[in-house]
Amino acid sequence: MSNKPVAVKVENLSKSFKIPLEASSGLKQKLINFLKGKKGYRTFTPLNDVSFEIHKGDFFGIVGKNGSGKSTLLKTIAGIYTPTKGSVQVEGTLVPFIELGVGFNPELTGRENVFLNGALLGFSHDEMESMYNEIVDFAEMHEFMDERLKNYSSGMQVRLAFSIAIRAKSDVLLLDEILAVGDEAFQRKCIDYFRSIKKSGQTVILVTHDMTNVERFCDRALVLNDGKMMGIYEPPEAKKIYEQLNRVRVKAQKNGFNIEQRWGTKGAELKSITLNHSNNAMQVLKQGEPVTINIKLVSNQPKRVIVGLAIYDESGLVLSGPNSEKYAVSTTDDIAYTIPILPLNPGVYRLRVALYAENYTEEYDHIEEAVIFEVEADDGPHHGKINLFGEWSLRK
Amino acid sequence: MSLKNVFSRRNRILLRELVVTDFKLRYQGSALGYLWSVLKPLFLFAILYVVFEKFLRLGRDIEHFPVYLLLGTVLWSFFTEATINGLQSIVSRGDLIRKINFPKYIIVLSSTVSALINLVINMFVVLGFCLVNNVPLSMSALWVIPLVIELYVFSLGIAFFLASINAKLRDVGYLWEIFLQAAFYATPILYPLQMVDQFSHAAVQGIMLNPVAQIIQDIRFNLVTHDTVTGWQILPIWAQYIPFAIIIIVLLLGAYYFNKNSKFFAEEV
Repeated sequence: MSNKPVAVKVENLSKSFKIPLEASSGLKQKLINFLKGKKGYRTFTPLNDVSFEIHKGDFFGIVGKNGSGKSTLLKTIAGIYTPTKGSVQVEGTLVPFIELGVGFNPELTGRENVFLNGALLGFSHDEMESMYNEIVDFAEMHEFMDERLKNYSSGMQVRLAFSIAIRAKSDVLLLDEILAVGDEAFQRKCIDYFRSIKKSGQTVILVTHDMTNVERFCDRALVLNDGKMMGIYEPPEAKKIYEQLNRVRVKAQKNGFNIEQRWGTKGAELKSITLNHSNNAMQVLKQGEPVTINIKLVSNQPKRVIVGLAIYDESGLVLSGPNSEKYAVSTTDDIAYTIPILPLNPGVYRLRVALYAENYTEEYDHIEEAVIFEVEADDGPHHGKINLFGEWSLRK
Repeated sequence: MSLKNVFSRRNRILLRELVVTDFKLRYQGSALGYLWSVLKPLFLFAILYVVFEKFLRLGRDIEHFPVYLLLGTVLWSFFTEATINGLQSIVSRGDLIRKINFPKYIIVLSSTVSALINLVINMFVVLGFCLVNNVPLSMSALWVIPLVIELYVFSLGIAFFLASINAKLRDVGYLWEIFLQAAFYATPILYPLQMVDQFSHAAVQGIMLNPVAQIIQDIRFNLVTHDTVTGWQILPIWAQYIPFAIIIIVLLLGAYYFNKNSKFFAEEV
């Protein structure tokens, strides 16, 4: 691999921004700051001393959580940002796709936008003319091309933009999560496109936080964390490190209730919530074992209440939402919910707890992120979110 | 920014497409569309004709005074349009700058070229009025071409400078509009210079150091009437070159300042 010529070389790259403390893009604020001897900005360094080389024909991944600096890195490689320190060298031409349909104007027709977008990708009017039919065919949009873009659905815009984008020819392609948009059919087209460019030996840099795509396409991946390089790894290793990072992030959060996401009339209050009577910051539960969720509540007088739970994953999908029956509680009582066999597959989950008056006439207390916990399992692999504990058998 | 790159193939393609887009969008949604480029100077002429021929007794001793006036206002409109478009160009194209890397001067070029196209259309209207008013045209009318180029270069230099400042400091837009208001009266557009000469010859000489004044007066002299006062007639030889020196200095400084700052536009806009 290392004897292939270098396509992109990044050396000791750092990038800092000056973030204005107040809206100081006006003359007045500048003047005030100057007179007070204030700088009027703080320095923010989203990218710190990053170095790597990408060889010709590599399918190179850059992964990191939100805010890890991957977008800054991408924009600096693309030449949109100028490095504060260090350097980026690209052999040959580079076309970045930070967004599909750059320069699309809603007031122009689909046809006019094709030519405008094409020009931004470096195609002349004649070249676009010769590809025009193919582009429209691929987007399946024949009857709409003379309509203005503002009358298109967002799905149609993406389809058109993508059809133009895949025509782009350059030595290095820089792709920023274009898979994140569009419906399933569109995502399949994207995957097919990735397969074809991988086969053709094109040099590609893919920026993503979806490890599935890294495993599927990338030869190597750079893992970024808080603007620093964790290292460059083969995809399985990269995945492991990336998942560890996510775990650390969850652990770093306090297990105390997230006050910002708590509301209610306080007719009764949630006092504490524990899993299996443990107050550990980050609970690790085992699939298939019993779990007891214990909810301690206080009230200034005896009343009848209902407890509602919701277990949801990182994307916010609620996997289960059991509500209790009406309980008559005194001033302080415990209500427990017992799961005999935990069916969740490995991952990080959150628990939402709400306390209602009987008949749901009032919401006494609501905590959006009451507990964050992780589920582990011995055997694998685990696809999907839950384990049905079904049994396979061979019948002859 | 090496000169070889300025007009590389890719940049030419982009410039063309941006200019075409600007032009298409300019009259988007109006029933008469491109016709407005011609109608605007036509109506302006009608107004000037009524005001100055029938009411104000200004410029009676200047031949073809309404055409003389129209020419001045058309040139001045170009100057304001080109500089204001240029000033706003970088900020208004922020969506592109943040997502793709390309030479930023193309944005300033395209916004000023759009104004230039408008000027060319207007100049044909003016030419039409010259013929209708029996203005005798001679070969010296060809001087209009280099003089319009000179005006474009001056506007471009200013646009480079203003566009870079505007990326950092939005106040510059308001300041420039106020400045243009003052400059409109400091430039001999509405009043004949002969009028000023009655009070102070030095003032006329001062006015003619302004590059825009020099260009407007030279174009009027060559196209409309020799009654026009030009810098060549009233300035000492050495001072005649001051307007050109100003243009060259503004262009060089503007391009230098723009080039120096363009690296950071993506962060600022």
